[in-house]
Amino acid sequence: MKSAFRILAVLIAVAALIYWAAAGANLGWNKNRVQVKVTDEVTGIDQILWQDKFIPGLEFLSMSLGGAALLGAASFLFRNKKSQTSNQS
Amino acid sequence: MKTPLAILSVVAAFATSALAESQTFDFKDPKGVNNVVFKLDAPLESINGSASGISGKVTFDPAKPADTRGKIVIEAESLNVPNSMMKGHMHGEQWLDVKKHKEITFETKELKNVKTKGNETTADAVGTFTLKGVSKEITIPVKLTYLPDKLSARTPNLKGDLLVIRSTFTIKRSDFNIQAGQNEDKVSDEIELTLAIAGAAAK
Repeated sequence: MKSAFRILAVLIAVAALIYWAAAGANLGWNKNRVQVKVTDEVTGIDQILWQDKFIPGLEFLSMSLGGAALLGAASFLFRNKKSQTSNQS
Repeated sequence: MKTPLAILSVVAAFATSALAESQTFDFKDPKGVNNVVFKLDAPLESINGSASGISGKVTFDPAKPADTRGKIVIEAESLNVPNSMMKGHMHGEQWLDVKKHKEITFETKELKNVKTKGNETTADAVGTFTLKGVSKEITIPVKLTYLPDKLSARTPNLKGDLLVIRSTFTIKRSDFNIQAGQNEDKVSDEIELTLAIAGAAAK
């Protein structure tokens, strides 16, 4: 159980980091929508369109790494199988 | 044959100059191309947003650009930022209070330092800027681009002219009673606004 928690914690941390980096390593807040600019040919004005798209930011990263750290810390609540057998003998 | 043609062209030139009088350009844009971009600094990142709910009318005479007058209205509820929670705060009572103060407006009083080259005019527009119910006289640099007979290129079946107005200027939120002196460590006092709008005058 202890190992499972630790492996899960590492997996969550690595997955979160990869997802965050792949989405552009946004060092700002999470974004729910992004601006897309389309230039109007007649006037030369950049029309700004908003598209729904999630860009993970530092809240996402801190919550994911925080969750992983909690899982890792929780793993210490479980005893080692080896130490249990040695205590019994 | 040459003489009547010459007379005709002279008459046409006079007729054109007589027609060139002040026109009223409507900035209500059904396509939603017109926009105002706002930018303000915050510790983590600069916040970039935009507003698209633009309307208003401007009277412009290509022969007398200094006489340009008008009012541009921005629907406060159309202000958008990339984070929905941030948008909620921005629209809320403590910041812009868009339910109560539905419009942000700029109304020109006069144009100073007017310089015209071809179809482009640059000037300093003196006018009243109203935000969150507070009105303040400000002077902003403007660039007017007159596009004669270009309306049909944008809106088929309609003939007329276009007028493009561009401006970039800075305001202080504290001047307009928006969390004056508060939260400056989170959101800067200065807000940069960039306006790019086109109005149409159908013939």
